[in-house]
Amino acid sequence: MHFPILSVIVLTPIIAGMIILLIPSDRKVVVRYVALAAASLALVLSAVVYISYNPAVGGYQFVENYSWMPELGITYYVGVDGMNAPLVLLTGIVMFTGVLISWGIDDRPREFFAFLFILATGVFGVFVTQDLFMLFFFYEIAVFPMYLLISIWGWIKTREYAAMKLTLYLFIGSVISLVGGLALYFGSGLNTFDMIKLAQANFPESFQVFWFPFVFFGFAVLGGIFPFHNWSPDGHVAAPTAVSMFHAGVLMKLGAFAALRVGIMLLPIGALHWRWLILALALVNVVYGAFIAMVQTDFKYVIGFSSVSHMGLVMMGFATLNKNGLTGSGIQMFSHGVMTALFFAVVGMVYDRAHTREINELGGFSRKMPWVAVAFIIGGLVSMGMPGLSGFVAEFPIFMGVWQVQPIVAIIASISIVITASYIIRIIGRVFFGPMKLEFEGHVGDVTVKDKLALTLLCVVMITIGIYPAIMSGLVSSGVDRILSLLGGA
Amino acid sequence: MGFVSNNLLSLILFSPVVVALLLLFLPQEDHKLLRWVTLLGSLVPLGFSVYLWISFKSGVPGFQFEIQSLWYGAISSSYHLGVDGLSLTMVLLTTLLTPVSVLASFSIKERVKAYMILFLLLETGMLGVFLSLDLLMFFVFWEVGLVPMYFLINQWGSEKGEREIWGGRKIAARTYASFKFMIYTMAGSLGLLLAIQMIGVSFRTFDLARLFTLFPTVTHLSNIPLNLSLEVVKTIAFWAFVLAFAIKVPVWPFHTWLPDAHTEAPTAGSMILAGVLLKLGAYGFLRLVLPLYPQEAHQYAWVLALLAVMGIIFGALAAYGQDDFKRLVAYSSVNHMGFVVLGIAAAAFAVGTQDAVIALNGAVLQMFNHGLSAAAMFFLVGVIYERAHTRNLNDFGGLFPLVPVYGGVLIFTSMASLGLPGLNGFVSEFLVLRGSWPVFTLFTALSIIGLFFTGAYILKGIKKVLHGPTNEHWVGHLSEINGRELVVVGPLMALMLLIGVWPGWILNIINSAMQVLSRI
Repeated sequence: MHFPILSVIVLTPIIAGMIILLIPSDRKVVVRYVALAAASLALVLSAVVYISYNPAVGGYQFVENYSWMPELGITYYVGVDGMNAPLVLLTGIVMFTGVLISWGIDDRPREFFAFLFILATGVFGVFVTQDLFMLFFFYEIAVFPMYLLISIWGWIKTREYAAMKLTLYLFIGSVISLVGGLALYFGSGLNTFDMIKLAQANFPESFQVFWFPFVFFGFAVLGGIFPFHNWSPDGHVAAPTAVSMFHAGVLMKLGAFAALRVGIMLLPIGALHWRWLILALALVNVVYGAFIAMVQTDFKYVIGFSSVSHMGLVMMGFATLNKNGLTGSGIQMFSHGVMTALFFAVVGMVYDRAHTREINELGGFSRKMPWVAVAFIIGGLVSMGMPGLSGFVAEFPIFMGVWQVQPIVAIIASISIVITASYIIRIIGRVFFGPMKLEFEGHVGDVTVKDKLALTLLCVVMITIGIYPAIMSGLVSSGVDRILSLLGGA
Repeated sequence: MGFVSNNLLSLILFSPVVVALLLLFLPQEDHKLLRWVTLLGSLVPLGFSVYLWISFKSGVPGFQFEIQSLWYGAISSSYHLGVDGLSLTMVLLTTLLTPVSVLASFSIKERVKAYMILFLLLETGMLGVFLSLDLLMFFVFWEVGLVPMYFLINQWGSEKGEREIWGGRKIAARTYASFKFMIYTMAGSLGLLLAIQMIGVSFRTFDLARLFTLFPTVTHLSNIPLNLSLEVVKTIAFWAFVLAFAIKVPVWPFHTWLPDAHTEAPTAGSMILAGVLLKLGAYGFLRLVLPLYPQEAHQYAWVLALLAVMGIIFGALAAYGQDDFKRLVAYSSVNHMGFVVLGIAAAAFAVGTQDAVIALNGAVLQMFNHGLSAAAMFFLVGVIYERAHTRNLNDFGGLFPLVPVYGGVLIFTSMASLGLPGLNGFVSEFLVLRGSWPVFTLFTALSIIGLFFTGAYILKGIKKVLHGPTNEHWVGHLSEINGRELVVVGPLMALMLLIGVWPGWILNIINSAMQVLSRI
């Protein structure tokens, strides 16, 4: 009996959340330190899982399997492979940095951190679970606190609208995929929700072709696939900083990952049948998202739409169903998560000081907070796929995968690289350089050491993967091999 | 010494990064310390590359000092470095111009730390392109170099000047120029990126040594879109490569980013931009296009030659028409790089002949020479700009008696640029013309007429600044070139003279690589 490290990771946030709720609401400092301690623990443990996962052995490791409702075939079954180990680490990183950056939240921090941590448990749960029922269970846990976090702590102008829109979209998506999930359960006749067993169920082709869209697109709504993406920029913008980081950094990966784990891995023939639709929609995501990001005037909307564009690349990699594309998608999920967490953190820091996010009204912030400017520039370079950083390492294999399937798509998608470069450069120039408005002079101060620590951690991760991709690609490749074996070596 | 010899190229490549990391921990306010650490640090790669030059065996064809280890296994790209005579020459040029430019940057007073760090990262980016023997690595460094240059222009560029963009909005000229530089180059590299992906998908390797043997004789490419024939795909890929490199050189008519970028960049930025960055494009032609696409290069050589001649003539005429001294020098780069492209085009057409070898030798030597003279010219423009705060040629006049030493240096450098026999420019331009005359006689003849205009604009620059009636405004206000500035320009002048009088020492190294390249 080994140490149940995955269960500890999953339960740490929710237990910490409960403890936080027990602390008297006026002792805000205690609340913050408890939150930080829990987040640090989750980060350390997820790093341990990531480092000690052995890609040479492959398969699911750190497995725990307990029967939960045997008559329905529901088990508590968790494990990591090469595909979800990076995502667990990502969640740890975003949670840790999110807590550091939310240090200044003064309005009911107790409830804020408690809800945030419930959400984190849901996210960890979805990533590690191998049971379809538990996956839905954790999925809903992750979506529900989002509503409260946005509608209570969000941007006052749009928070109610955005929270409602986001929650409805995601519930519809999850209901559709739940229908698909139940179809799988009954269709297999195995009386089990165990996804590893379901993958061996050999569903007939017509069954797979019919049910694949339910499962895949239901989850892909949370991944921001076109045309179901427009909840996401609204949600991002309305959410408070740490929630935006979680939302774009981790939650969107939740959708993409679930679409991969349930859709593609359980219904591989269906995936082969529908890959062209996914490829076409993802292409729209990539190019259209980039163009829309370019014309935004609100700093946070630019980042919101850039997430739509980048998540399109993830979906595109999925649709290739080949080794390069899937490996790229795996790394892109991680890389984009780190990058976008950094972006939203920076947007939050600028907004806290300027109280506006209109790009035209900002300017000159690099002189007041150089550390933030450098971090944003590094993130921006990742976003435009600059070689030597994690974005390139992720996007290049995706493009190579797409070449093997349909070169035209790769050629069209490459336009987004230049568009991304132009809006990133524009933001860097307009927000961080140039003249600063008089009303900001003297009022704008530098960020705290905790903010700097968070930004530095995110940057170091992106640079490390960019310079030495083997640190992640070997792991992801081993996970991809498993998926390809399900696809019959396609 | 074994460690140094075995890892010499890695040491050259990454020592600037190490120095940059060191700078990160130095105090921001101590400008003097930052400057000197950068200068001394940038002498390290120079020392290594001189050692490399000495221990390089010029008689041996192929790459030497190779280093190879797996970098990104999932797409089988490896960290593979090596030098031949071509890259060695470029490495020497880069490592020489960097400390010189750092010394020229001692007059930078704002945010010295960030400036110096960017400068060193830029050096690594450029060296990486010259040293890579892996197509993906090449692309990585190719793009990485853009970022520091963008910020050097954008942040430390000249503060005056505005440009009107669409919508009538006015933005600072340096913002406009840096954005144009970045987007132009990135858009130009898109085709290169896609072609590299296609090659990677088809061959499952990015190793240049293997691609050189596999790609030119390929009979099957995987996944050709739209049922295009192999020839068409290869031709498109050829043009994708050519476009990316042509923008960087720049080949007429893709040069329009250059005068803006040069004019707005800080002095040392212009020195590196003209001295080394433009060579990256020409290097791309020589290292990748000629070996990978011999048939296509042969077939379309006349197009390149035509564009090169256009660049030579129009570059010279445009330079003559400028009133801004820095813009004049910027257009002279279009003119001089035209000879490099002409030499490459002639060699591509006449591959396998002695003419090709001569033209290539001329082209590579011209790259080196232009690196020296353009860097020196931009520096001299910077020297006078720092004192006079204007670059308008009409505001000068008759400065020779006021600044005799500066005048002498300017005339010497201008003459090297003009191609005066006895100085370096003559040797390389003569070799190019000698090599391309039998191949493209008409184009060569036209380019010789272009050479006449070269003389005209250079003499115009000298006349407007140094000769004529003395502009009384400057009397007593203009100080002579100082010791530091002489140290900057001194080594460049020495090399100009040395190559002009005795080109054998460098041609010997270049020739060995050019023999391989034109397959004699």
